[in-house]
Amino acid sequence: MAEFLDDFLFTYQNLVYSLGVNGLLALSIYVVLAVGQLSIGQAAFMGLGAYVSALLTVKLGVAFPLVLLAAMITPALAALVVGAPTLRLSGVYLALATIGLGEVQRIVFINAEFTGGALGLSGIPTRGGLISIYGSLALALVAFVCVARSKIGRAMEAMREDELAAGALGVDLPAYKLGALVVSAMLAGLAGALNAHVSSFISPNDYGFDAAVTILSFALLGGIGSPFGPVLGAFILTLLPEVLRPLADYKTVVNGAIIVVAVIFMPRGLLAWRMGRAGAAFRRPK
Amino acid sequence: MSAPSLEIAQLTVRFGGLAAVDDVSFAVAPGRVHGLIGPNGAGKTTLFNLVCGLVAPTSGAIRLDGQRIDALPSWGRSKLGLARTFQNIRMFNDMSVLETVMTGMHAGLAESLPAVLLRLPSFRRAERAALEKAWELIDFVGLADAAQRRSGDLPYGDQRRLEIARALACEPRLLLLDEPAAGMNPSETHALEELLERLKGRGVTMLLVEHDMHFVMRLCDEITVLNFGRKIAQGAPVDVRADPAVVEAYLGAKVARSLEAPR
Amino acid sequence: MLAQQLVNGLVVGSTYALFALGFTLMFGVLGVVNLTYGFYFSVGAFLALFATQHGASIWIALPLAALLSGCVAVVIDAALLTPLRRAKAPELASLMVTLGATMLLYSLANAALSTDIRRFPPGVIDATAIEVAGIRISMTQGLIIAAAGVMVSALLWVMNATRLGLGLRALAERPDVAGLMGVNAGALVRLVSLLSGALAGASGVLIGLNYNAIQPYMGEVMMLKGFAVIILGGLGDIRGALVAGLVVGMLETLTAGYVASSWKDAVGFVLLVLTLWIRPSGLFGRLAVKRA
Repeated sequence: MAEFLDDFLFTYQNLVYSLGVNGLLALSIYVVLAVGQLSIGQAAFMGLGAYVSALLTVKLGVAFPLVLLAAMITPALAALVVGAPTLRLSGVYLALATIGLGEVQRIVFINAEFTGGALGLSGIPTRGGLISIYGSLALALVAFVCVARSKIGRAMEAMREDELAAGALGVDLPAYKLGALVVSAMLAGLAGALNAHVSSFISPNDYGFDAAVTILSFALLGGIGSPFGPVLGAFILTLLPEVLRPLADYKTVVNGAIIVVAVIFMPRGLLAWRMGRAGAAFRRPK
Repeated sequence: MSAPSLEIAQLTVRFGGLAAVDDVSFAVAPGRVHGLIGPNGAGKTTLFNLVCGLVAPTSGAIRLDGQRIDALPSWGRSKLGLARTFQNIRMFNDMSVLETVMTGMHAGLAESLPAVLLRLPSFRRAERAALEKAWELIDFVGLADAAQRRSGDLPYGDQRRLEIARALACEPRLLLLDEPAAGMNPSETHALEELLERLKGRGVTMLLVEHDMHFVMRLCDEITVLNFGRKIAQGAPVDVRADPAVVEAYLGAKVARSLEAPR
Repeated sequence: MLAQQLVNGLVVGSTYALFALGFTLMFGVLGVVNLTYGFYFSVGAFLALFATQHGASIWIALPLAALLSGCVAVVIDAALLTPLRRAKAPELASLMVTLGATMLLYSLANAALSTDIRRFPPGVIDATAIEVAGIRISMTQGLIIAAAGVMVSALLWVMNATRLGLGLRALAERPDVAGLMGVNAGALVRLVSLLSGALAGASGVLIGLNYNAIQPYMGEVMMLKGFAVIILGGLGDIRGALVAGLVVGMLETLTAGYVASSWKDAVGFVLLVLTLWIRPSGLFGRLAVKRA
C-alpha cells in the first residue's frame, strides 16, 4: 500500500502540487470577489511571491518560513500601491489597474538582470512540498469558513449585494475592500512561493494575462457562495486537461469559455450552495 | 431642554449652479416623529442623502445629538446611531431574514478578527446575543414565521418591514425613513402605520419623507415643508395643512380639505 | 534628434488617441468596460493584411478593415453584453464576461493564425520619405497622422454638431431619460459598437503599418496602453482620451529613445498609477468620478 502511494505520488507529483497551489489561488480571488470587487492581478501577486521567494532562497539562502513571509508581504505592498487609490472609485478602476500591474511586472522581470531576464530563474531548491501546500490550503479554508460565519462574513456579503445599503449599516467599505485585496495578494504570493519551491524553475511568462484569467475562471466555475466553490472550481479545471488529454492544447479556450458561460448562464457557479452567515445556531429562543 | 437628536443648520448644497437644498434649518427633538414633505424635486431626497452622507453639503452643518457629522462618510454616521431605509427597498437578496437583521447590527457588534478566527468565547457570546436580538426584532415587526426565508423572496410589504428591522438592529438614535409607504397597497400601508406607531411608542426618533398625506398627518408630531430646495413652512400637522403657502405649493385646496375631514 | 523623436511620438500617439477614443466612447455611452475591444484592433490589422495580400490598395483596405472590425464588434456586443444589459447585471459582470471572451478569442485566433509575425506586402505604401528641416517623415507616418486626424475630426463633429451626437450624449448621461426622449437605445448601442470597433480596427491597421508587424496578440498589448490612456484622460472623456493618447505616445517614444526601448511599455502603467493617486478623475477632471 505504501509502495503504491509512493508510485502514485511519483507519477502524479506535479499534478498533486498544482491542485493545492491552484486551490490557494482560487481562495485568493474568492476573497476579492466576495466583497464585490474584481482584481485581475492575482497572477501578478503570485509571480511577485514566486520571484521574491526564489531570489531569497537562491541568492541569500534565507530560511524557508521567512521566505514565505516575505513572499506574502511583498505582494501585499504592491496591492496597497495599486489598490489603495481605487477604493473610493468604481470597481472598474481596480480591475484595470491590476491588469496593468501584471503586464508591467512581466516587463520588469524580463528586463532586470537579477531576475534572470526572459529565461527566468532555475535551480530553485525544493522546499516545503505537500505538507506546506495542503497545510496552507486547509488553514486558509478554515479561516475563510470562520470569517464567513461572523459579522465580517455578513458585511462582505452585504457589500457584494448592495454597497450603498451596506455602507448605511456602518460597514467601512474602503477598509473592507483594502483588507480583502491585501489578504488576496498575500495568499497569491504564498501560492507563488510554494509553487516555485516545488517546480525548481520560474519564468516571467508564467504569470501573465492568461494565468490571471485562469485564476478568475476557478472562482466563476465553482461559485462564491462559500469558499469551497472556488477550490472545487480550481480542482476541476486543473484535473480536466489531465483527464481529457486533447483538451490540454485548448486550455485557454476552455477557461475563457467557462467565464463567458458562467457569468451569463450560471452566475452562482457550479457549487451554488451558500454558506450560512451566523456564528451560532438559528434556534428560536424560548 | 436636551440637545435635539438631529439639527440641520443653514444647510445648502449646489449641483452646478442650482441649489438643490437652499439654506434649510430645522431640528428634530428626541422621541419625536418629524415629517418632510413637498412637491417632487423640492429637495427632500437630497436632504436625506445629505443627512446620511451620500451627498456632501456645500455649506451648513448637520448635528446628531449635538455632534457634527457632515464630514463623516455614511458608515461613520451609522456608527454614531443613524439608520435609514431606502425609497426603493435595498435587500440583501440571498441572506435569510435573520441574517439580514444581524447584518444591521454590524456597527454595534464587538467581534475582533482573532476572536472570529479562533472562535473565542467572546465571539460565541456576541453571536448568540445578536441572534437573540434578531429574533426579538423580527418578532416585533411580525416576521418571525419567515425567519429562515430568503429575504429576496419576501413580498414587498414584508421586505419593507425587514428593512425597518434591519435599520432598528443598530439601536439608532435617529431613524430615517425614505417614503416608507411608497408602492404599498392600503392594507400594507395600514400595517406599516401601525408598526411605526409602536416604534414611536418605544421612543424611537424618526425623520420621514412621505407622499401619503393622511399617513404623514396622522403619524408626525411636526412637519417641515420644502419647495424648490427652500423651507416654506414648519409646524404641527394642523398648522401646516392650513398654511396657505403649503396649500398653494403642494397640497392643493382639495387635498387640504380632505385632510381636515376625519377619516 | 529630439524633434525627430517628437514626430515619431506624434505618429504613435495619434494612433493611441484613435484607439482610446473608441474605448472611451464605448464606456461613456454603453457604460461597460469592454475588454474585447483590443481584439478588434487585431482584427482590423489582419483584415487589412489579407486585403492587401489580395491586391487591394491600402486606401481600400483601411476603410474596409475598419468597417468589418466594427461589424465584429456589433456581433460580439450583441452576443455577450445584450443579455447582461437585459438582466441589469452589475458593471463588473460585463467586465468579467469580456475578460473571458478576450482570452477565448485570442486563443482561437492564435490557433488559426499562429503567432508568427506577418508583414504587409512590399509596395503597399510608397517607401519615399520627405525631409523637412532635418526631420524625416515617411509616407506611412504621413498617412497615419492624416488618417487619425480625419477620423478624430469626423467623430468630434458627429458628437458635437449632429442630432445623433446629441442622442449619444443623452444616452451617456441618462440612459433612462434617453429612452423617454425617443432615442432608440438598441439601435444606438449597435451604432456605438460599430463606431468603436471601426476606430479600433483602423488604429490596428495604422499601427500595423507603422511597425510593419502583425500578429494576433498585438491587440492585447494595445489594450493595456488603452487603459492607461483612458484613465489618464478620465473614463468616458473624449477630449481627455485624445490628449492622453498623444501624451502616452510621446512619452513612450522618448523613453525608447533616451532610456531603453524595452521599458517603453511600462510608461503607460506608471502614468496610470500616478493618475489614480493624484487625479483619479483624469487630466481634465470634468467628469464626476463615480464614487462607491
